[in-house]
Amino acid sequence: MLRKLMIGTVLASGLAALAHAQDGGRVEVLHWWTSGGEAAALDVLKKNLEAKGITWADMPVAGGGGEQAMTALRARVTAGNAPTAVQMLGFDILDWAQQGVVADLNDVATEEGWDAVVPDALKQFSKYEGTWIAAPVNVHSTNWVWINKAALDAAGGKAPETWEELIAVLDAMKENGITPLGHGGQAWQDATIFDAVVLSLGTDFYKASMIDLDPAALSGETMREAFARMEKLRSYVDDNFSGRDWNLASAMVIEGEAGMQMMGDWAKGEFLNAGLTTGEDFVCIRFPGTQGAVTFNSDQFVMFEVGEDLQAAQKEMASAIMDPTFQIAFNTVKGSVPARTDISDEEFDDCGKKGMADLAQANENGTLFGSMAHGHANPAAVKNAMYDVITRHFNGEISTDEAPAELAAAVEAFK
Amino acid sequence: MKERLQDYIPKLVLSPSFFLILVFVYGFIAYTGYLSFTDSRILPSYNWVGLENYERLWKLPHWWRAITNLAIFGSLYILICSVLGLLLAILLDQKIRAEGLLRPIYLYPMALSFIVTGTAWKWFLDPGIGLEHTMHQWGWESFAFDWIKDRQMAIYTVVIAAVWQSSGFVMAMFLAGLRGVDSDIIKAAQIDGASAFTTYRRIIIPLMRPVFLSAFVVLAHLAIKAYDLVIALTGGGPGQATELPATFMYSYTFTRNLMGIGASSAIIMMIMIFSIIIPYLYSELRTGVKR
Repeated sequence: MLRKLMIGTVLASGLAALAHAQDGGRVEVLHWWTSGGEAAALDVLKKNLEAKGITWADMPVAGGGGEQAMTALRARVTAGNAPTAVQMLGFDILDWAQQGVVADLNDVATEEGWDAVVPDALKQFSKYEGTWIAAPVNVHSTNWVWINKAALDAAGGKAPETWEELIAVLDAMKENGITPLGHGGQAWQDATIFDAVVLSLGTDFYKASMIDLDPAALSGETMREAFARMEKLRSYVDDNFSGRDWNLASAMVIEGEAGMQMMGDWAKGEFLNAGLTTGEDFVCIRFPGTQGAVTFNSDQFVMFEVGEDLQAAQKEMASAIMDPTFQIAFNTVKGSVPARTDISDEEFDDCGKKGMADLAQANENGTLFGSMAHGHANPAAVKNAMYDVITRHFNGEISTDEAPAELAAAVEAFK
Repeated sequence: MKERLQDYIPKLVLSPSFFLILVFVYGFIAYTGYLSFTDSRILPSYNWVGLENYERLWKLPHWWRAITNLAIFGSLYILICSVLGLLLAILLDQKIRAEGLLRPIYLYPMALSFIVTGTAWKWFLDPGIGLEHTMHQWGWESFAFDWIKDRQMAIYTVVIAAVWQSSGFVMAMFLAGLRGVDSDIIKAAQIDGASAFTTYRRIIIPLMRPVFLSAFVVLAHLAIKAYDLVIALTGGGPGQATELPATFMYSYTFTRNLMGIGASSAIIMMIMIFSIIIPYLYSELRTGVKR
């Protein structure tokens, strides 16, 4: 059925386009999925396109959050030679859309009914002023806690559901002689925990402070409580945490050196690769107090404006990304959940199933929010201003009492 | 005709590099200067906003932190490198055996890039795997050296790594200077009964003045543009404890989408470098004329 739709799309875009699709067509894809699992996941898409006779020109720029990739993109766009599709996150997409250099995917989107299946919170980024500009690949949610099962059993065995229970578990782990919280001291990791802490103080509070940037919420008493909780969590981290990469922190939990890690669902890949099983060797829970709400970040392929000869292949690619079989194949490998809500969860593991159910539920209840730590709540300048305060506080440079006012001031300066 | 050609050839040969430098160095300096007065964010824009970027820059605690760190790092780096370099050079200049073997050993760190130095020192200073860990394994349980994880002390670890890298180079500069000292002067001093210490303090070290000046200029500009060392060693952390102007500039221009502020910080860095280089060139050129 979908194949036919795709062929229909190609036909609809005219004979010339068809001719191009047949004689190859070419997509140039800028991305930073270079690590083993990620590259394997992306390879699925590449193969699907090659089956249609489209050449895949790979342009990988390695580097975690895609900073280097964005720098490379800037150079390409400034030179007037944009790639066909670029992997991108959150507000970066809107920043580029504002520059007026992205393509219009409305005809593919209407034809395939993207509007009905993509969650609204994602559409905020995939669409700019009513026009589809990007095809979302996945949804990562960031308010997860990954717990070593053996360490949890030794600490009482019950997964914490409230802040108080979490503290009790952490204290018990400390007494058992392990590092309770495996964490890496990098600004974005500190902010990932902060995201979840703010969310645990209420979905309204998260929206007011992180998304609407309400000065009263940013500097108020609840924010002070959020920083107080951060300070408390800081006391469960080992002394040698600063600068540690997130996957090393995951390794600490895997090996039982640390009890738990608060990290997005990409961490699951580390646990699975180490041969651990969901439920038996490790437990995945939502950050205590945030069950029912989800903070997400979503990898999307933004389509850039290209010459007419490349447009047919570009639309094919967009449609191939939204293909349900691809979304399943990709996301089971990557650890994330599909970006459409109409996909069966059969092939996913327990954490994946839970992730998909939580996402659908949050989407329905309006508690699906963009993650501040991952650039889905506010633009890069504001995000980094928040990082500065969060990381300075986490490292003890500013006190819990000063932090809310600092946060409000920092946000104000870059709004 | 032939003489004419000989007049032109040097100019002709130099002109491509002159042109390239004009465009790619001075042209882009001017472009950055222009951008620092615009509201450029993700891509360059040409909306003139006057001095707004500079005003915002100097209000940022992050920038002040970077400047303060540069002051600490720069002064210690230059001071320790010069003293250590001079000391090593004097010791090597005592006509010792195997000097040819020792000299490259000291000079060798200079052959490494700052990225390598930074990474190696990061591992070495890491309490979990490096020096502290090794000492604990050898049985010295109370040994503690965790500066790199301590936000008050982290900037000094940058100094340590940078000094390790550069002092050998400074030593080579001083060694060349010492070899250039006229041996008659030293002999005259010896005849007058001066001790070796006095000879060095009163005669040889004062003669090293131009070397001090060159070393200062080289080290100062290395300090101001220091970027790779910090990125490899601490990544600017813990928190923002080791941010320097160069890391600040990169993060504002390229990752925070605030190109205007990034450009203004680049211009401030350039002014700092020029304020060191221009007096130096001036004094060099003046003495050149006197001769």
